[in-house]
Amino acid sequence: MAYLDHAATTPMLPAAMAALTKELGEVGNPSSLHAAGRRARRAVEESREAIAAAFGARPSEVVFTAGGTEADNLAVKGLYWSRQKERPRPRILASSVEHHAVLDPVRWLVEHQGAEVVWLEVDSVGRVDARQVHEEIASDPESVALVTVMWANNEVGTVQPVGECAAAAAPFGVPIHSDAVQVAGHLPLDFAASGLDAVTLSGHKLGGPVGVGALLLGRSATPAPLIHGGGQERDVRSGTLDTPSIAGFAAAATEAIDARRSREATIAALRNELIAGVIEQVPDARLNGDPRLDEDHRLPGNAHLSFPGCEGDSLLMLLDARGVHCSTGSACSAGVAEPSHVLLAIGSSPAEARSSLRFSLGHTSTRADVDQLVAVIGPVVERARAARASTAAQV
Amino acid sequence: MRVLAALSGGVDSAVAAARVRDAGHDVTAVHLALSSNPQTFRSGARGCCSLEDSRDARRVADVLGLPYYVWDLAEQFRAEVVDDFLSEYAAGRTPNPCLRCNERIKFAAVLDRAVGLGFDVVCTGHYAQILDGLDGPELHRAVDPDKDQSYVLAVLDRDQIGRSLFPLGDSPKAEVRREAAARGILVADKPDSHDICFIADGDTKGFLASHLGERPGHVVDSDGVVLGNHDGAYAFTVGQRKGLGLTVATPDRQPRYVLSIEPTTNIVTVGPREALGVNEIVAERPRWCGAQVVSGEVFAVQYRAHGETVTATVHVDSGLLRATLDEPASGVAPGQTLVLYDGTRVRGSATISAAL
Repeated sequence: MAYLDHAATTPMLPAAMAALTKELGEVGNPSSLHAAGRRARRAVEESREAIAAAFGARPSEVVFTAGGTEADNLAVKGLYWSRQKERPRPRILASSVEHHAVLDPVRWLVEHQGAEVVWLEVDSVGRVDARQVHEEIASDPESVALVTVMWANNEVGTVQPVGECAAAAAPFGVPIHSDAVQVAGHLPLDFAASGLDAVTLSGHKLGGPVGVGALLLGRSATPAPLIHGGGQERDVRSGTLDTPSIAGFAAAATEAIDARRSREATIAALRNELIAGVIEQVPDARLNGDPRLDEDHRLPGNAHLSFPGCEGDSLLMLLDARGVHCSTGSACSAGVAEPSHVLLAIGSSPAEARSSLRFSLGHTSTRADVDQLVAVIGPVVERARAARASTAAQV
Repeated sequence: MRVLAALSGGVDSAVAAARVRDAGHDVTAVHLALSSNPQTFRSGARGCCSLEDSRDARRVADVLGLPYYVWDLAEQFRAEVVDDFLSEYAAGRTPNPCLRCNERIKFAAVLDRAVGLGFDVVCTGHYAQILDGLDGPELHRAVDPDKDQSYVLAVLDRDQIGRSLFPLGDSPKAEVRREAAARGILVADKPDSHDICFIADGDTKGFLASHLGERPGHVVDSDGVVLGNHDGAYAFTVGQRKGLGLTVATPDRQPRYVLSIEPTTNIVTVGPREALGVNEIVAERPRWCGAQVVSGEVFAVQYRAHGETVTATVHVDSGLLRATLDEPASGVAPGQTLVLYDGTRVRGSATISAAL
């Protein structure tokens, strides 16, 4: 089996499993005042400090959530709501290539709360331009509730100029959030240096457990809570703290950061071989996203390719049958694949968007995985093309 | 064989896939997403478009240990089936969308894609039998007469029949339900689907009205006397008795039936039951399940799903099929399909264009 879908979820790191299972065997609510509670509280706070250290934040800036989606919702909806206190600020500036965990809350605010969204355009590699952030805010600074620009795109892997965007927003005092779910543990991430007000992290994308994440939240940022009931996390997020998951998340973050430089260099080298190998077998396959493969421009584990004349879901099925696991990177409702909004935003046609696959590598990837894909991709593409041709002829 | 099993999320397709898997074939499951706007968890189970059906199909595949994928055919389904359904009604005919779907989607777009991807056959939970004949595979009625679906499959040609598997054709429905329960298939007691899958609430008239708009017109008798008004001639079917909206009592106190629908003048003509009888059915676009029939052959013809058959002598001439009936039939609606049977064997079908 060649697992090439680490951007969906990556195997848990041994240190994370050890920390998680150790805590699963303990008792204690971190909010309790007795010894068992204090023990759990200590585990949570040490985890908070470890995550803060890993990502250039202060411990008090780490707000634990039940995953990246919740953290994105807290940032987008929470900041939007809190920004309406002094005066109406209807505008949200959001990149057009955001993950659905950001897109959907933005759309919900537009549909139900009178928000107005300004979609920040991207170029042909999927990159926003910080000048547009500046121009849009400068045109009417008081009307902007927040800016949200993901740190790196989950589909095509393009790294965004989030520092420049933060610098563009700062003079106006407009809070800026970034979804860094694909970045944390894989690229340098220094919250303090970034100038961002809020950054989303997820446990399971960096080798921790599923169901835990965090919002790094500058102390001046005060989103309205989504979840009320106890105020455990800075009164911004309520709910009993999940000590085992938090401990597992922190152990994974620490290991990922310690090993980051050498591990990500290995992953990037394998990724480059994957791209070269696939294009050698399928010469008209096209790499989407930034062709500059260094970590300033592209996620180390990401390879996103279009295969003209194929349906992505045919390719996925044929590869799956041959033990290669990858993703069409498309949103599903009842499993109905829609052409990726990311690819449409970078100028692909719906047919091109549907012909694409994302291969994503991670800490367990090996050359054998790449070889397995390269060995089968040629015949698989040929077959998918034949299937599409016969269907097209019929309809 | 490499088999592509279509799973609707219902019990029949689940048992069909299970039987084929048990026979030792290499089975992959697909759920066909036919609606681009699936309704969330609508009540009951009505076919093939809901989120709940797709989840049920996934669970069936899990239980059977089959790889499972969703194929998005919403665009083709809308263009080939839903739009056709609307334009047929708008033209005063009464289409059967299940036949259309089998002809254009399940045994065309899906089958072709499956073959292209390396599958040998497509398997569904339809109740019909494929038997070896002298000249190749033949389509036959299912053994369970209540469930027989050979009528809606009569648009398949011999190649399509040869690339299809209907593992339920030899079983009564009750046995299929028992088998599903014994296999631990969670949808074993899910109700049968009867309605048109893309009309979620079963309100065909409302669906037509919302898409075609209200087009008020008169309901008249065969002398042209106005007996009532309607909101759209498209909402009527030849042979229909209820919901005619007659405001003038008929002299003989007998019920009236729709005799004809005239889309251009928007007039619905009604008359007594006797006036419904037809002796000849004309049908177009014949499709043969095997060899083309020879003019003068006698068949049992069926002119609507779940209907009776009538003995008829059939003539085929320049793309038109004429069936001369031994005894008058009533409720023959243009747009429905005329299917020719000899015994249990399906010989072909054509779309009814006129009843004389």
